[in-house]
Amino acid sequence: MTGDGAGDQVSGGESQVSGAGDQVSGGESYGDFEPVIGLEVHCELRTRTKLFCGCPNSFGDAPNTNVCPVCLGLPGSLPVLNAKAVELAMRIGTALHCDIRPSSFHRKNYFYPDMPKDYQVSQYDEPINVGGWLELPDGSRVGIVRAHIEEDTGKTTHAGGTGRIHGSSYSLVDYNRAGVPLVEIVSEPDIRSAAQARLYAAELRAILVATGASDGRMEEGSMRVDANVSVRRRGASELGTRCEVKNLNSLRSLTRAIDYEVRRQVGIIEKGGAVAQETRHFDEAQGATVAMRSKEEAFDYRYFPEPDLVPLAPDAAWQSEVAASLGPMPAERRSRVSELIGARGGTAGDGATSASQIATVVELGLDGLVEAAVTSGVDPGLALARAANEAAAGGDAARGLDPAGFTALLKLEAARKLSATQAKAVLAEMLLHGGDPATIARAKGFEVMDEGELATVVRQVVDESPGEWHRYLEGEEKLAQFFVGKVMKATRGRADGKAVIAALDRLRS
Amino acid sequence: MTTGSPTPGVTRSAHEIARAVRNGDESALSVLQEHLEAIGSIDGEVHAFITLLDDQARSDAAEVDRRVAAGEDPGPLAGVPVALKDNLCTSGVPTTCASHILGSWRPPYDATVVERVRAAGAVIVGKTNMDEFAMGSSTETSAFGPTCNPLDLSRVPGGSSGGSAAAVAAGMVPLALGSDTGGSVRQPAAYCGVVGVKPTYGAVSRYGLVAFASSLDQVGPIARSVADAALLLDVIGGHDALDSTSLDRPPSRYAESLCLLDAGGHAPGEELVAGLHVGIVEELVAGADPLVARSVRAAAESLASYGATVDDVSIPELAYGLPAYYLIAPAEASSNLARYDGVRYGSRVDGPDVEAMNRATRAAGFGDEVKRRIMLGTYALSAGYYDAYYGKAQRVRTLIIDAFSAAYQRFDVLLGATAPTTAFPMGAKVDDPLSMYLSDVCTVPSSLAGHPAISVPFGRAEDGLPAGVQVLAPALGESVMLKVAAAVEAAGASIAPEPK
Ligand SMILES: [Zn+2]
Repeated sequence: MTGDGAGDQVSGGESQVSGAGDQVSGGESYGDFEPVIGLEVHCELRTRTKLFCGCPNSFGDAPNTNVCPVCLGLPGSLPVLNAKAVELAMRIGTALHCDIRPSSFHRKNYFYPDMPKDYQVSQYDEPINVGGWLELPDGSRVGIVRAHIEEDTGKTTHAGGTGRIHGSSYSLVDYNRAGVPLVEIVSEPDIRSAAQARLYAAELRAILVATGASDGRMEEGSMRVDANVSVRRRGASELGTRCEVKNLNSLRSLTRAIDYEVRRQVGIIEKGGAVAQETRHFDEAQGATVAMRSKEEAFDYRYFPEPDLVPLAPDAAWQSEVAASLGPMPAERRSRVSELIGARGGTAGDGATSASQIATVVELGLDGLVEAAVTSGVDPGLALARAANEAAAGGDAARGLDPAGFTALLKLEAARKLSATQAKAVLAEMLLHGGDPATIARAKGFEVMDEGELATVVRQVVDESPGEWHRYLEGEEKLAQFFVGKVMKATRGRADGKAVIAALDRLRS
Repeated sequence: MTTGSPTPGVTRSAHEIARAVRNGDESALSVLQEHLEAIGSIDGEVHAFITLLDDQARSDAAEVDRRVAAGEDPGPLAGVPVALKDNLCTSGVPTTCASHILGSWRPPYDATVVERVRAAGAVIVGKTNMDEFAMGSSTETSAFGPTCNPLDLSRVPGGSSGGSAAAVAAGMVPLALGSDTGGSVRQPAAYCGVVGVKPTYGAVSRYGLVAFASSLDQVGPIARSVADAALLLDVIGGHDALDSTSLDRPPSRYAESLCLLDAGGHAPGEELVAGLHVGIVEELVAGADPLVARSVRAAAESLASYGATVDDVSIPELAYGLPAYYLIAPAEASSNLARYDGVRYGSRVDGPDVEAMNRATRAAGFGDEVKRRIMLGTYALSAGYYDAYYGKAQRVRTLIIDAFSAAYQRFDVLLGATAPTTAFPMGAKVDDPLSMYLSDVCTVPSSLAGHPAISVPFGRAEDGLPAGVQVLAPALGESVMLKVAAAVEAAGASIAPEPK
């Protein structure tokens, strides 16, 4: 086994998708029918090198630059298993309460141009992680069947035609991704709605990030989801015929595709038809699932033990080392943040916003920032908002923020020494280049705007808009924002919104 | 095609050559020139080589000479010309596997064994002919035409490493590398009257050996003496981090231990085998042609006369070796050969879409025997058939390993024929795959078990052709196996007329 050394960070990050994006209504209803859903999640592991060779595992490089005889499957080349990938797989298994077992690799044989050897090396009947469960934020549990190691394929671009392989005039293959380590996490069919599927995927992503196994970037394909969907009459115990929906590359597509697929299957059954077992593809543009191949067309993968690799049996010492190195998982960290905020008499907006912000900061690993700030007396609502919104926008850089600096910034803002707009600008600078917030504020020319100066500006703005001022005096409260905007413009963001409203009030009374 | 022996080649051993070059008594360039001349005069008839590397060989030989002149030691194979079976990857040099499907592909890297041979000071003179993708027992399935047995040009040299065995037997090179999956080094060695070793699985790196059946393939040396074969084995063996199935062991020093005994010219048989317990395996003799069986018995008698205890032993499980082998090897091959799809390298026949291109490329690029084995293997792995074929074959493999272990409780080494017959006439079996497969019956058991085995010529059978005696040993039993082989060789030399 070759050592991968320390699992380097994948650099060059863009902003990360937060858990708090597009919420699903949760109001799906399929009449007399109940969906039964199981998810297969492919997670690219954040190793420095590929699964079986020393090529860099990195996204976005020029095509076919991170390749060698092994990951190109050249004749005579042989795989050597990356120990770091095994460690990350064990971290995932441990976090999902799986048993770590002696395991082995098989070959999954089928022809596809982006698969250099025309077989994929994967774990089959002896996966490394078996059994387990994942608890969703609502307390429900989804069973985990297995989480096994396999290699990724290359990427094909079809030119001409529809962009699909059929009808294209030629195809280009990039093998940079070929041989990148994956863990495939297969859930039990315990999921009962598109909303729950989304919660599961979001929670799993948070866990994958927390274990250090993945960067969780769905938009870069680091995490890809296939859904096995069937429906049955409520109260029935037997399962309906299932379809596998592939290509779910965001939480939004996952929700839309499952919702569409459930309705499609219900529609067929209600018309007296029978659902055909098939693999379907989610077409983002149409918002519909489209048949790819039927059960009869399914491949016979001719699995057999990979003779080029030896069995993998992590010893007890390695397993406990991995278990000991795992920090607290998202569920525990969320409750820790909630408790802290509760204990500080949190004023964090409404409950839903607060819960969603807590989920976001935990998923992105920014809960340490919030804890540091709140413990030092910063208002929990402010700390959560700045961490979940502005800091989160900084992507990977946010994890590098110094908790003391973050706390100092929020204290400046809370003391009205910086306006909200100024505080956000200082935070953006800290994310880009680091540094002390007070120093950055001074360098940017941000200074305390005293009440007298603010009152003068407010007076000017009121004088410039006598009509609006009159209506405001008559009780048209929403015009307050009109004046705040004017003051902000005049002070180039130096004023504090709340202070402006206070000044307006004083002027009105 | 004419019958009879062609021009005699060079007969000096690798040991002699290396000694002379290291001492500065002879230049590597002149050694090379002598061998290139032999190739020039012989290979037109024998056709052992697919690719000759004269220019590269000359510059490698010059480098060896430069190092000797500078007082450096170029290594244990200093200036020794070596031929490589054409399924060993050589950087920048075509590696064809004797197939059209690889086209003009040139690997961007050297196989580990090639690197090691070079690092030991050897001069690689060319790439040798073989059965296509090592699938065959006669070197007749080569896409570039057959190789002839240099001892009788009307006969096959055996296979699949027929080119390497013929090159060594004809005196075109003193050493060659072959690969042995089910007997592909040992059987051609027997047919050509030379020594061929199949090492313990994992003893020699497979990195850069184009795979036929990964759980069976091993690279092995072919030489005109056991000592020379041991010399090459020492160079190519030892752990390689690039091959996960490589055994974590230090490099061996078999040649040294044989040569210490060789101090007085010929190894005294008594010192090699006295006190050893040797078993003659009935199943590896009974089915053999009487001409061959007689050689095995005679070799055993010689060992007994040197002080070994010789007994007959029956290992009935070995009878299942051949059918198990012809399921496991094609199954692995069907997967290993999938990558020749026209997408990345090798030849391509275009089609209207990818699948059509794959199909046309493979239809045109592979020969009949390769297609037959891909189909056999695909079938053996298919859903619904896996347990009955591949699964059962793997269970047979376990049975054979257990049966061998039981035998090795009693015996230090086992003895049998290498092949049931001597070299058969060209064309005799090409249209009868089953009878061709039967020529592997004595060699596949060791392959399935992952054990080492060696073929040593022992005299000539009544048809005038050499008979190969096979010495089998338990895993990592190379040391005792080579000593017994050296004793068989010594005894054979005293009874046989010197080959021309
Ligand atoms: Zn690579």
